[in-house]
Amino acid sequence: MQTDENEKLKTLANTIRKHVLNMVMYAQSSHIGASYSIVEILVALYTNILKIDPKNPTDPYRDKFLLSKAHGSTALYAVLAEVGFFPLEYLNRYYVNDSILPGHLDRESVPGIEFSMGSLGHGLSVGVGMAIANRQTKNPGCIFVLLSDGECNEGSVWEAIMLASHLKLANLNVIVDYNKIQSFGRTNEVINQEPVLDRWRAFGWDVCEVDGHNFDRLLDALRAPHTRPKVIIAHTVKGKGVSFMEDTLDWHYKSPNKEQYEQAMHELENLD
Amino acid sequence: MRTTFINTLRDLARKDERIFLITIDMGYSVLEQFREEFPDRFLNTGIAEQNAIGVAAGLALSGKIVYVYSIIPFVTMRCFEQVRLDLAYNNANVKLVGIGAGMTYGPFGASHHSIEDIAIMRSIPNMTVLCPGDPIETEQLTRQSYEIKSPVYIRLGKNGEPKIHSEETKIKLGHATQVTEGNDLILITTSNMLEKGKKWVDEWKEEGISVRLISMHTIKPFDVQTVKELIDYNIPIITLEEHNIIGGLGSAVAEVIAESGKAVSFKRIGVPDKYSHYVGSHEFQREKFGIAKKPDIKFRK
Repeated sequence: MQTDENEKLKTLANTIRKHVLNMVMYAQSSHIGASYSIVEILVALYTNILKIDPKNPTDPYRDKFLLSKAHGSTALYAVLAEVGFFPLEYLNRYYVNDSILPGHLDRESVPGIEFSMGSLGHGLSVGVGMAIANRQTKNPGCIFVLLSDGECNEGSVWEAIMLASHLKLANLNVIVDYNKIQSFGRTNEVINQEPVLDRWRAFGWDVCEVDGHNFDRLLDALRAPHTRPKVIIAHTVKGKGVSFMEDTLDWHYKSPNKEQYEQAMHELENLD
Repeated sequence: MRTTFINTLRDLARKDERIFLITIDMGYSVLEQFREEFPDRFLNTGIAEQNAIGVAAGLALSGKIVYVYSIIPFVTMRCFEQVRLDLAYNNANVKLVGIGAGMTYGPFGASHHSIEDIAIMRSIPNMTVLCPGDPIETEQLTRQSYEIKSPVYIRLGKNGEPKIHSEETKIKLGHATQVTEGNDLILITTSNMLEKGKKWVDEWKEEGISVRLISMHTIKPFDVQTVKELIDYNIPIITLEEHNIIGGLGSAVAEVIAESGKAVSFKRIGVPDKYSHYVGSHEFQREKFGIAKKPDIKFRK
Protein backbone atom coordinates (compact mmCIF):
# COMPACT_ATOMS: atom_id res chain seq x y z
CA MET A 1 0.00 0.00 0.00
CA GLN A 2 1.06 3.60 -0.63
CA THR A 3 2.66 5.09 2.45
CA ASP A 4 0.39 8.12 2.50
CA GLU A 5 -2.71 5.89 2.23
CA ASN A 6 -1.41 3.85 5.13
CA GLU A 7 -0.79 7.04 7.13
CA LYS A 8 -4.33 8.19 6.36
CA LEU A 9 -5.76 4.95 7.75
CA LYS A 10 -3.57 5.20 10.84
CA THR A 11 -4.73 8.75 11.40
CA LEU A 12 -8.36 7.70 11.05
CA ALA A 13 -7.81 4.83 13.48
CA ASN A 14 -6.38 7.26 15.97
CA THR A 15 -9.34 9.58 15.48
CA ILE A 16 -11.68 6.66 16.16
CA ARG A 17 -9.80 5.89 19.38
CA LYS A 18 -10.19 9.49 20.51
CA HIS A 19 -13.92 9.41 19.75
CA VAL A 20 -14.25 6.18 21.73
CA LEU A 21 -12.32 7.63 24.65
CA ASN A 22 -14.58 10.69 24.70
CA MET A 23 -17.71 8.55 24.52
CA VAL A 24 -16.65 6.18 27.26
CA MET A 25 -15.46 9.08 29.43
CA TYR A 26 -18.64 11.08 29.03
CA ALA A 27 -20.94 8.09 29.51
CA GLN A 28 -18.72 6.37 32.09
CA SER A 29 -19.37 3.13 30.25
CA SER A 30 -17.38 -0.10 29.96
CA HIS A 31 -15.71 -2.10 27.18
CA ILE A 32 -13.17 0.43 25.92
CA GLY A 33 -10.56 -2.33 25.69
CA ALA A 34 -12.83 -4.41 23.49
CA SER A 35 -13.43 -1.42 21.22
CA TYR A 36 -9.75 -0.57 20.92
CA SER A 37 -8.77 -4.05 19.77
CA ILE A 38 -11.01 -3.84 16.68
CA VAL A 39 -10.34 -0.29 15.47
CA GLU A 40 -7.98 -1.20 12.62
CA ILE A 41 -10.27 -4.04 11.51
CA LEU A 42 -13.26 -1.69 11.31
CA VAL A 43 -11.31 1.08 9.60
CA ALA A 44 -9.94 -1.37 7.01
CA LEU A 45 -13.42 -2.72 6.31
CA TYR A 46 -15.25 0.59 6.10
CA THR A 47 -12.63 2.45 4.06
CA ASN A 48 -11.43 -0.20 1.63
CA ILE A 49 -13.50 -3.37 1.65
CA LEU A 50 -17.24 -2.99 2.22
CA LYS A 51 -19.28 -1.98 -0.81
CA ILE A 52 -21.61 0.37 1.00
CA ASP A 53 -23.02 3.82 0.46
CA PRO A 54 -23.77 5.82 3.60
CA LYS A 55 -26.27 7.81 1.55
CA ASN A 56 -28.11 4.64 0.58
CA PRO A 57 -27.66 2.45 3.65
CA THR A 58 -30.41 -0.03 2.73
CA ASP A 59 -29.25 -0.68 -0.84
CA PRO A 60 -30.20 -4.36 -1.32
CA TYR A 61 -26.91 -5.08 -3.11
CA ARG A 62 -24.68 -3.69 -0.36
CA ASP A 63 -22.14 -5.69 1.57
CA LYS A 64 -23.24 -6.27 5.14
CA PHE A 65 -21.16 -6.08 8.31
CA LEU A 66 -22.26 -7.64 11.59
CA LEU A 67 -20.48 -6.75 14.81
CA SER A 68 -21.33 -9.91 16.70
CA LYS A 69 -19.17 -8.75 19.62
CA ALA A 70 -21.61 -5.87 20.02
CA HIS A 71 -19.95 -4.66 23.21
CA GLY A 72 -17.39 -3.08 20.89
CA SER A 73 -20.17 -0.75 19.77
CA THR A 74 -18.35 2.53 20.46
CA ALA A 75 -15.72 1.73 17.84
CA LEU A 76 -18.41 0.88 15.29
CA TYR A 77 -20.40 4.04 16.05
CA ALA A 78 -17.29 6.17 15.65
CA VAL A 79 -16.42 4.54 12.32
CA LEU A 80 -19.98 4.80 10.99
CA ALA A 81 -20.09 8.48 11.91
CA GLU A 82 -16.67 9.16 10.36
CA VAL A 83 -17.63 7.55 7.05
CA GLY A 84 -20.94 9.43 6.97
CA PHE A 85 -23.76 7.17 8.11
CA PHE A 86 -24.88 9.74 10.69
CA PRO A 87 -23.63 13.04 12.11
CA LEU A 88 -20.52 13.01 14.27
CA GLU A 89 -22.45 14.88 16.97
CA TYR A 90 -24.43 11.67 17.61
CA LEU A 91 -21.29 10.30 19.25
CA ASN A 92 -22.03 12.69 22.12
CA ARG A 93 -25.40 11.01 22.47
CA TYR A 94 -24.33 7.55 23.59
CA TYR A 95 -25.41 5.43 26.58
CA VAL A 96 -26.84 8.24 28.73
CA ASN A 97 -30.50 9.02 29.34
CA ASP A 98 -32.53 9.97 26.30
CA SER A 99 -29.59 9.57 23.93
CA ILE A 100 -29.45 7.73 20.61
CA LEU A 101 -26.74 5.10 20.71
CA PRO A 102 -27.20 2.19 23.15
CA GLY A 103 -24.43 0.19 24.83
CA HIS A 104 -25.12 -2.73 22.52
CA LEU A 105 -26.54 -2.59 19.01
CA ASP A 106 -30.10 -1.68 18.08
CA ARG A 107 -30.75 -1.59 14.35
CA GLU A 108 -33.50 0.96 14.92
CA SER A 109 -31.04 3.44 16.44
CA VAL A 110 -29.04 4.74 13.46
CA PRO A 111 -28.46 3.81 9.81
CA GLY A 112 -25.66 1.31 9.24
CA ILE A 113 -26.55 -1.06 12.07
CA GLU A 114 -27.54 -4.23 10.23
CA PHE A 115 -28.78 -6.24 13.19
CA SER A 116 -29.67 -5.70 16.84
CA MET A 117 -27.24 -7.65 18.96
CA GLY A 118 -25.64 -7.81 22.37
CA SER A 119 -25.68 -11.40 23.50
CA LEU A 120 -22.69 -13.31 22.15
CA GLY A 121 -22.97 -16.16 19.68
CA HIS A 122 -25.76 -14.71 17.53
CA GLY A 123 -24.06 -12.80 14.71
CA LEU A 124 -22.53 -15.61 12.71
CA SER A 125 -25.83 -17.50 12.32
CA VAL A 126 -27.49 -14.32 11.11
CA GLY A 127 -24.63 -13.75 8.70
CA VAL A 128 -25.02 -17.29 7.39
CA GLY A 129 -28.71 -16.58 6.73
CA MET A 130 -27.83 -13.38 4.88
CA ALA A 131 -25.19 -15.17 2.83
CA ILE A 132 -27.65 -17.92 1.87
CA ALA A 133 -30.23 -15.33 0.83
CA ASN A 134 -27.70 -13.43 -1.31
CA ARG A 135 -26.45 -16.54 -3.02
CA GLN A 136 -29.98 -17.77 -3.73
CA THR A 137 -30.96 -14.46 -5.34
CA LYS A 138 -27.59 -13.98 -7.09
CA ASN A 139 -27.04 -10.83 -5.04
CA PRO A 140 -23.32 -9.95 -5.21
CA GLY A 141 -23.28 -8.50 -1.68
CA CYS A 142 -20.83 -10.16 0.70
CA ILE A 143 -21.29 -10.70 4.41
CA PHE A 144 -18.64 -9.88 7.02
CA VAL A 145 -18.98 -10.94 10.65
CA LEU A 146 -16.64 -9.87 13.44
CA LEU A 147 -16.50 -12.31 16.37
CA SER A 148 -14.60 -12.02 19.62
CA ASP A 149 -12.33 -14.82 20.72
CA GLY A 150 -14.30 -15.38 23.91
CA GLU A 151 -17.46 -15.51 21.85
CA CYS A 152 -16.17 -18.69 20.25
CA ASN A 153 -16.94 -20.41 23.57
CA GLU A 154 -20.56 -20.32 22.40
CA GLY A 155 -21.78 -23.57 20.86
CA SER A 156 -24.03 -21.67 18.47
CA VAL A 157 -20.93 -20.21 16.77
CA TRP A 158 -19.78 -23.72 15.90
CA GLU A 159 -23.23 -24.68 14.65
CA ALA A 160 -22.99 -21.76 12.24
CA ILE A 161 -19.40 -22.61 11.29
CA MET A 162 -20.53 -26.14 10.37
CA LEU A 163 -23.46 -25.01 8.25
CA ALA A 164 -21.46 -22.32 6.44
CA SER A 165 -18.82 -24.76 5.31
CA HIS A 166 -21.38 -27.43 4.45
CA LEU A 167 -23.05 -24.91 2.14
CA LYS A 168 -19.66 -23.63 0.88
CA LEU A 169 -20.72 -20.02 1.42
CA ALA A 170 -17.96 -18.23 -0.45
CA ASN A 171 -19.68 -14.88 0.15
CA LEU A 172 -19.17 -15.16 3.90
CA ASN A 173 -16.17 -13.71 5.76
CA VAL A 174 -15.41 -13.89 9.45
CA ILE A 175 -12.81 -11.97 11.40
CA VAL A 176 -11.99 -13.19 14.91
CA ASP A 177 -10.73 -10.47 17.23
CA TYR A 178 -8.18 -12.63 18.99
CA ASN A 179 -7.22 -10.26 21.80
CA LYS A 180 -6.82 -13.18 24.20
CA ILE A 181 -8.74 -11.68 27.09
CA GLN A 182 -12.38 -12.36 27.90
CA SER A 183 -14.75 -11.43 30.71
CA PHE A 184 -13.06 -13.19 33.59
CA GLY A 185 -9.56 -13.94 32.44
CA ARG A 186 -7.15 -14.94 29.68
CA THR A 187 -9.11 -16.54 26.88
CA ASN A 188 -7.07 -19.71 26.74
CA GLU A 189 -7.03 -20.04 30.51
CA VAL A 190 -10.81 -19.70 30.77
CA ILE A 191 -11.28 -22.36 28.11
CA ASN A 192 -8.59 -23.26 25.66
CA GLN A 193 -9.17 -22.24 22.05
CA GLU A 194 -5.94 -23.52 20.59
CA PRO A 195 -5.16 -24.58 17.99
CA VAL A 196 -7.57 -21.92 16.71
CA LEU A 197 -6.56 -22.08 13.05
CA ASP A 198 -6.64 -25.86 12.94
CA ARG A 199 -10.08 -25.90 14.46
CA TRP A 200 -11.57 -23.64 11.79
CA ARG A 201 -9.63 -25.46 9.08
CA ALA A 202 -10.95 -28.80 10.29
CA PHE A 203 -14.47 -27.41 9.97
CA GLY A 204 -13.84 -26.66 6.30
CA TRP A 205 -13.03 -22.95 6.24
CA ASP A 206 -10.33 -21.01 4.43
CA VAL A 207 -8.09 -19.84 7.23
CA CYS A 208 -5.44 -17.19 7.67
CA GLU A 209 -3.97 -15.22 10.56
CA VAL A 210 -2.77 -11.65 10.60
CA ASP A 211 -1.63 -8.86 12.89
CA GLY A 212 -5.01 -7.23 13.47
CA HIS A 213 -3.47 -3.79 13.84
CA ASN A 214 -1.49 -3.86 10.58
CA PHE A 215 -3.47 -2.35 7.71
CA ASP A 216 -1.37 -3.92 4.95
CA ARG A 217 -1.78 -7.39 6.38
CA LEU A 218 -5.46 -6.91 7.19
CA LEU A 219 -6.33 -5.61 3.72
CA ASP A 220 -4.39 -8.37 1.98
CA ALA A 221 -6.25 -10.94 4.04
CA LEU A 222 -9.63 -9.31 3.51
CA ARG A 223 -9.06 -9.10 -0.26
CA ALA A 224 -7.78 -12.64 -0.69
CA PRO A 225 -10.21 -14.56 -2.91
CA HIS A 226 -11.83 -17.68 -1.52
CA THR A 227 -14.15 -20.41 -2.72
CA ARG A 228 -15.32 -21.40 0.74
CA PRO A 229 -16.20 -19.30 3.78
CA LYS A 230 -13.12 -17.47 5.02
CA VAL A 231 -11.95 -16.71 8.53
CA ILE A 232 -9.22 -14.25 9.41
CA ILE A 233 -7.79 -14.81 12.86
CA ALA A 234 -6.69 -11.28 13.77
CA HIS A 235 -4.14 -11.17 16.55
CA THR A 236 -4.98 -8.03 18.47
CA VAL A 237 -4.25 -6.31 21.74
CA LYS A 238 -7.09 -5.49 24.05
CA GLY A 239 -7.00 -1.76 24.82
CA LYS A 240 -4.59 -1.16 21.91
CA GLY A 241 -3.32 2.41 21.65
CA VAL A 242 -3.27 3.47 25.30
CA SER A 243 -0.33 2.11 27.29
CA PHE A 244 -2.05 1.46 30.59
CA MET A 245 -5.11 -0.13 28.95
CA GLU A 246 -3.22 -2.53 26.71
CA ASP A 247 -3.62 -6.24 27.43
CA THR A 248 -5.45 -5.80 30.73
CA LEU A 249 -8.67 -7.37 31.96
CA ASP A 250 -9.48 -4.24 33.99
CA TRP A 251 -10.23 -2.16 30.91
CA HIS A 252 -12.91 -4.57 29.80
CA TYR A 253 -14.88 -2.96 32.61
CA LYS A 254 -13.38 0.30 33.82
CA SER A 255 -14.31 3.81 32.78
CA PRO A 256 -11.53 6.38 32.89
CA ASN A 257 -11.34 9.00 35.62
CA LYS A 258 -10.17 12.50 34.76
CA GLU A 259 -6.46 11.76 35.13
CA GLN A 260 -6.68 8.55 33.16
CA TYR A 261 -8.66 10.30 30.47
CA GLU A 262 -6.05 13.03 30.16
CA GLN A 263 -3.18 10.61 30.02
CA ALA A 264 -4.95 8.46 27.43
CA MET A 265 -5.81 11.47 25.29
CA HIS A 266 -2.25 12.72 25.59
CA GLU A 267 -0.91 9.40 24.33
CA LEU A 268 -3.36 9.32 21.42
CA GLU A 269 -2.58 12.89 20.43
CA ASN A 270 1.13 12.12 20.41
CA LEU A 271 0.43 9.42 17.84
CA ASP A 272 -0.99 11.95 15.36
CA MET B 1 -52.71 -30.43 11.25
CA ARG B 2 -49.15 -30.73 10.00
CA THR B 3 -50.35 -32.05 6.64
CA THR B 4 -52.78 -29.16 6.35
CA PHE B 5 -50.02 -26.77 7.31
CA ILE B 6 -47.51 -28.02 4.75
CA ASN B 7 -50.09 -28.19 1.96
CA THR B 8 -51.10 -24.61 2.72
CA LEU B 9 -47.49 -23.50 2.81
CA ARG B 10 -46.78 -25.16 -0.55
CA ASP B 11 -49.74 -23.31 -1.98
CA LEU B 12 -48.44 -20.00 -0.60
CA ALA B 13 -44.92 -20.77 -1.81
CA ARG B 14 -46.16 -21.23 -5.37
CA LYS B 15 -47.54 -17.70 -5.28
CA ASP B 16 -44.71 -15.99 -3.41
CA GLU B 17 -41.11 -16.89 -4.11
CA ARG B 18 -39.95 -15.15 -0.93
CA ILE B 19 -41.28 -18.04 1.15
CA PHE B 20 -38.47 -20.16 2.57
CA LEU B 21 -38.73 -23.28 4.72
CA ILE B 22 -36.13 -24.29 7.27
CA THR B 23 -36.32 -27.60 9.05
CA ILE B 24 -34.19 -28.49 12.02
CA ASP B 25 -33.80 -32.04 10.70
CA MET B 26 -37.47 -32.83 11.29
CA GLY B 27 -40.36 -33.54 8.96
CA TYR B 28 -39.74 -37.04 7.64
CA SER B 29 -42.73 -37.99 5.43
CA VAL B 30 -44.08 -34.42 5.76
CA LEU B 31 -41.69 -31.98 4.08
CA GLU B 32 -40.37 -34.02 1.15
CA GLN B 33 -42.80 -32.61 -1.41
CA PHE B 34 -41.94 -29.05 -0.45
CA ARG B 35 -38.25 -29.89 -0.80
CA GLU B 36 -38.79 -31.38 -4.24
CA GLU B 37 -40.93 -28.51 -5.46
CA PHE B 38 -38.78 -25.71 -4.04
CA PRO B 39 -35.26 -27.11 -3.60
CA ASP B 40 -33.62 -23.68 -3.44
CA ARG B 41 -36.09 -22.47 -0.83
CA PHE B 42 -35.71 -25.39 1.53
CA LEU B 43 -32.89 -25.79 4.04
CA ASN B 44 -32.16 -28.45 6.60
CA THR B 45 -29.85 -26.80 9.13
CA GLY B 46 -29.13 -30.08 10.85
CA ILE B 47 -29.84 -30.62 14.52
CA ALA B 48 -28.79 -27.14 15.55
CA GLU B 49 -31.72 -25.08 16.77
CA GLN B 50 -29.89 -21.94 17.85
CA ASN B 51 -28.22 -21.63 14.48
CA ALA B 52 -31.47 -22.38 12.64
CA ILE B 53 -33.22 -19.42 14.23
CA GLY B 54 -30.31 -17.06 13.60
CA VAL B 55 -30.11 -18.20 9.97
CA ALA B 56 -33.86 -17.65 9.66
CA ALA B 57 -33.44 -14.10 10.98
CA GLY B 58 -30.66 -13.41 8.49
CA LEU B 59 -32.84 -14.68 5.64
CA ALA B 60 -35.79 -12.62 6.87
CA LEU B 61 -33.70 -9.45 7.02
CA SER B 62 -32.74 -10.18 3.43
CA GLY B 63 -36.39 -10.13 2.36
CA LYS B 64 -37.43 -13.76 2.81
CA ILE B 65 -40.54 -14.97 4.61
CA VAL B 66 -39.19 -17.85 6.63
CA TYR B 67 -41.02 -20.75 8.23
CA VAL B 68 -39.00 -22.87 10.68
CA TYR B 69 -40.29 -26.35 11.41
CA SER B 70 -39.57 -28.68 14.32
CA ILE B 71 -41.09 -30.30 17.39
CA ILE B 72 -42.34 -27.60 19.77
CA PRO B 73 -39.76 -27.78 22.59
CA PHE B 74 -36.90 -27.61 20.11
CA VAL B 75 -38.19 -24.73 18.00
CA THR B 76 -39.16 -22.60 21.00
CA MET B 77 -37.20 -23.47 24.13
CA ARG B 78 -33.93 -24.98 22.91
CA CYS B 79 -33.27 -21.76 21.00
CA PHE B 80 -35.15 -19.35 23.21
CA GLU B 81 -32.62 -16.54 23.22
CA GLN B 82 -32.39 -16.59 19.45
CA VAL B 83 -36.19 -16.40 19.33
CA ARG B 84 -36.18 -13.51 21.77
CA LEU B 85 -33.37 -11.47 20.24
CA ASP B 86 -32.90 -12.51 16.62
CA LEU B 87 -36.61 -12.76 15.87
CA ALA B 88 -38.58 -10.69 18.36
CA TYR B 89 -36.18 -7.84 19.19
CA ASN B 90 -35.25 -7.53 15.51
CA ASN B 91 -38.91 -7.98 14.53
CA ALA B 92 -37.88 -10.50 11.87
CA ASN B 93 -40.43 -11.99 9.48
CA VAL B 94 -40.02 -15.56 10.71
CA LYS B 95 -42.74 -18.05 11.56
CA LEU B 96 -42.00 -20.79 14.07
CA VAL B 97 -44.02 -23.91 13.38
CA GLY B 98 -44.09 -26.34 16.28
CA ILE B 99 -45.47 -29.85 16.11
CA GLY B 100 -46.73 -31.80 19.11
CA ALA B 101 -48.87 -29.51 21.30
CA GLY B 102 -49.06 -30.59 24.92
CA MET B 103 -48.56 -34.31 25.38
CA THR B 104 -49.09 -35.21 21.72
CA TYR B 105 -45.84 -37.17 21.82
CA GLY B 106 -47.23 -39.09 24.81
CA PRO B 107 -44.90 -42.09 25.31
CA PHE B 108 -41.82 -40.19 24.10
CA GLY B 109 -41.73 -38.55 27.50
CA ALA B 110 -41.60 -35.03 28.90
CA SER B 111 -38.59 -34.01 26.78
CA HIS B 112 -40.93 -34.01 23.79
CA HIS B 113 -44.01 -32.63 25.55
CA SER B 114 -44.76 -28.93 25.46
CA ILE B 115 -46.60 -27.48 28.41
CA GLU B 116 -44.71 -24.20 28.81
CA ASP B 117 -44.58 -22.88 25.26
CA ILE B 118 -47.71 -20.72 25.24
CA ALA B 119 -46.70 -18.95 28.44
CA ILE B 120 -43.20 -18.32 27.16
CA MET B 121 -44.14 -17.22 23.68
CA ARG B 122 -46.95 -14.91 24.68
CA SER B 123 -44.61 -12.99 26.99
CA ILE B 124 -42.37 -11.98 24.08
CA PRO B 125 -42.96 -8.52 22.57
CA ASN B 126 -43.67 -8.50 18.79
CA MET B 127 -44.63 -12.21 18.84
CA THR B 128 -48.00 -13.40 17.53
CA VAL B 129 -49.14 -16.71 19.03
CA LEU B 130 -51.48 -18.97 17.06
CA CYS B 131 -52.90 -22.21 18.47
CA PRO B 132 -55.21 -23.76 15.88
CA GLY B 133 -57.48 -26.55 17.06
CA ASP B 134 -58.42 -28.27 13.84
CA PRO B 135 -57.43 -28.39 10.15
CA ILE B 136 -59.83 -25.55 9.26
CA GLU B 137 -58.16 -23.23 11.73
CA THR B 138 -54.72 -24.49 10.73
CA GLU B 139 -55.25 -23.72 7.07
CA GLN B 140 -56.71 -20.26 7.53
CA LEU B 141 -54.31 -19.18 10.28
CA THR B 142 -51.34 -20.39 8.24
CA ARG B 143 -52.54 -18.18 5.39
CA GLN B 144 -53.00 -15.25 7.75
CA SER B 145 -49.59 -15.78 9.37
CA TYR B 146 -48.10 -15.11 5.96
CA GLU B 147 -49.68 -11.65 5.94
CA ILE B 148 -48.01 -10.68 9.22
CA LYS B 149 -44.59 -9.10 8.76
CA SER B 150 -43.34 -9.87 12.28
CA PRO B 151 -42.57 -13.13 14.10
CA VAL B 152 -45.35 -15.66 14.61
CA TYR B 153 -45.47 -18.86 16.62
CA ILE B 154 -47.82 -21.53 15.26
CA ARG B 155 -48.55 -24.33 17.74
CA LEU B 156 -49.77 -27.42 15.94
CA GLY B 157 -50.90 -30.85 17.05
CA LYS B 158 -49.71 -33.67 14.87
CA ASN B 159 -51.78 -35.55 12.36
CA GLY B 160 -55.28 -36.94 12.10
CA GLU B 161 -57.15 -34.25 14.04
CA PRO B 162 -60.79 -34.11 12.87
CA LYS B 163 -62.39 -31.00 11.43
CA ILE B 164 -64.51 -29.36 14.12
CA HIS B 165 -65.60 -26.37 12.07
CA SER B 166 -67.51 -26.56 8.82
CA GLU B 167 -65.59 -25.87 5.63
CA GLU B 168 -67.33 -22.51 5.30
CA THR B 169 -66.28 -21.22 8.73
CA LYS B 170 -64.25 -18.04 8.49
CA ILE B 171 -61.41 -18.02 11.00
CA LYS B 172 -60.07 -14.58 11.79
CA LEU B 173 -56.70 -14.18 13.46
CA GLY B 174 -57.07 -12.29 16.73
CA HIS B 175 -60.79 -13.06 17.02
CA ALA B 176 -62.22 -16.00 18.94
CA THR B 177 -64.47 -18.35 16.99
CA GLN B 178 -67.74 -19.50 18.52
CA VAL B 179 -68.45 -23.17 17.85
CA THR B 180 -71.74 -23.71 19.69
CA GLU B 181 -74.43 -21.57 21.31
CA GLY B 182 -75.25 -22.23 24.95
CA ASN B 183 -76.69 -20.61 28.05
CA ASP B 184 -75.57 -22.73 30.96
CA LEU B 185 -71.81 -22.63 30.66
CA ILE B 186 -69.04 -21.13 28.57
CA LEU B 187 -66.15 -23.39 27.60
CA ILE B 188 -63.12 -21.72 26.03
CA THR B 189 -60.53 -24.03 24.48
CA THR B 190 -57.28 -23.46 22.69
CA SER B 191 -55.03 -25.49 20.44
CA ASN B 192 -55.53 -29.24 20.32
CA MET B 193 -58.15 -29.26 23.10
CA LEU B 194 -60.82 -27.98 20.72
CA GLU B 195 -61.70 -31.56 19.78
CA LYS B 196 -61.95 -32.58 23.43
CA GLY B 197 -64.00 -29.50 24.23
CA LYS B 198 -66.45 -30.25 21.44
CA LYS B 199 -66.83 -33.81 22.75
CA TRP B 200 -67.60 -32.54 26.26
CA VAL B 201 -70.12 -30.05 24.90
CA ASP B 202 -71.87 -32.84 23.01
CA GLU B 203 -71.97 -34.95 26.19
CA TRP B 204 -73.36 -32.06 28.21
CA LYS B 205 -75.97 -31.50 25.55
CA GLU B 206 -77.24 -35.03 26.05
CA GLU B 207 -77.57 -34.21 29.74
CA GLY B 208 -79.64 -31.17 28.88
CA ILE B 209 -76.90 -28.66 29.55
CA SER B 210 -76.21 -26.15 26.81
CA VAL B 211 -72.65 -24.93 26.51
CA ARG B 212 -71.28 -22.03 24.52
CA LEU B 213 -68.02 -23.34 23.06
CA ILE B 214 -65.39 -20.82 22.07
CA SER B 215 -62.19 -21.69 20.20
CA MET B 216 -59.46 -19.26 21.24
CA HIS B 217 -57.09 -20.07 18.41
CA THR B 218 -55.20 -16.81 18.76
CA ILE B 219 -53.49 -16.35 22.10
CA LYS B 220 -51.72 -13.17 21.05
CA PRO B 221 -53.06 -10.67 20.23
CA PHE B 222 -55.62 -11.86 22.76
CA ASP B 223 -59.28 -11.27 22.00
CA VAL B 224 -60.03 -9.25 25.12
CA GLN B 225 -63.28 -7.89 23.71
CA THR B 226 -64.84 -11.33 23.25
CA VAL B 227 -63.87 -12.40 26.76
CA LYS B 228 -65.43 -9.20 28.16
CA GLU B 229 -68.63 -10.03 26.31
CA LEU B 230 -68.55 -13.59 27.64
CA ILE B 231 -68.21 -12.28 31.20
CA ASP B 232 -71.42 -10.32 30.69
CA TYR B 233 -73.42 -13.53 30.13
CA ASN B 234 -72.90 -14.06 33.86
CA ILE B 235 -72.66 -17.84 33.54
CA PRO B 236 -69.65 -19.97 34.58
CA ILE B 237 -66.57 -19.82 32.38
CA ILE B 238 -64.17 -22.74 32.03
CA THR B 239 -60.91 -22.70 30.09
CA LEU B 240 -59.41 -25.87 28.67
CA GLU B 241 -55.89 -26.26 27.38
CA GLU B 242 -53.21 -28.93 27.09
CA HIS B 243 -50.62 -26.67 28.65
CA ASN B 244 -49.44 -25.82 32.12
CA ILE B 245 -52.18 -24.23 34.19
CA ILE B 246 -49.72 -21.35 34.69
CA GLY B 247 -49.36 -18.83 31.93
CA GLY B 248 -51.52 -20.16 29.13
CA LEU B 249 -55.10 -19.64 27.98
CA GLY B 250 -56.52 -19.83 31.50
CA SER B 251 -54.16 -17.15 32.73
CA ALA B 252 -54.97 -14.91 29.77
CA VAL B 253 -58.71 -15.21 30.41
CA ALA B 254 -58.18 -14.72 34.17
CA GLU B 255 -56.34 -11.47 33.46
CA VAL B 256 -59.31 -10.11 31.55
CA ILE B 257 -61.78 -11.23 34.22
CA ALA B 258 -59.66 -9.74 37.00
CA GLU B 259 -59.52 -6.36 35.29
CA SER B 260 -63.19 -6.37 34.26
CA GLY B 261 -64.41 -5.34 37.70
CA LYS B 262 -66.99 -8.11 37.47
CA ALA B 263 -67.30 -11.38 39.33
CA VAL B 264 -67.94 -14.56 37.40
CA SER B 265 -67.62 -18.22 38.28
CA PHE B 266 -64.39 -19.33 36.64
CA LYS B 267 -62.24 -22.45 36.42
CA ARG B 268 -59.04 -23.23 34.57
CA ILE B 269 -58.47 -26.77 33.34
CA GLY B 270 -54.97 -27.67 32.22
CA VAL B 271 -51.82 -29.53 33.17
CA PRO B 272 -51.38 -29.10 36.94
CA ASP B 273 -47.86 -27.63 36.94
CA LYS B 274 -46.19 -31.04 36.73
CA TYR B 275 -44.01 -32.92 34.29
CA SER B 276 -45.29 -36.27 33.18
CA HIS B 277 -43.50 -39.30 34.51
CA TYR B 278 -46.31 -41.47 33.20
CA VAL B 279 -45.62 -43.82 30.33
CA GLY B 280 -48.37 -43.98 27.79
CA SER B 281 -50.30 -42.54 24.91
CA HIS B 282 -51.45 -38.99 24.35
CA GLU B 283 -54.91 -39.77 25.71
CA PHE B 284 -53.41 -41.74 28.59
CA GLN B 285 -51.34 -38.70 29.57
CA ARG B 286 -54.47 -36.55 29.48
CA GLU B 287 -56.25 -39.01 31.75
CA LYS B 288 -53.40 -38.96 34.25
CA PHE B 289 -53.45 -35.16 34.33
CA GLY B 290 -57.23 -35.04 34.71
CA ILE B 291 -57.98 -33.32 31.43
CA ALA B 292 -59.45 -36.29 29.56
CA LYS B 293 -62.92 -36.35 31.09
CA LYS B 294 -65.30 -33.48 31.48
CA PRO B 295 -65.47 -31.99 34.96
CA ASP B 296 -68.37 -32.70 37.24
CA ILE B 297 -70.09 -29.37 37.56
CA LYS B 298 -73.17 -28.57 39.59
CA PHE B 299 -75.45 -26.42 37.48
CA ARG B 300 -78.14 -24.10 38.70
CA LYS B 301 -81.39 -25.45 37.32
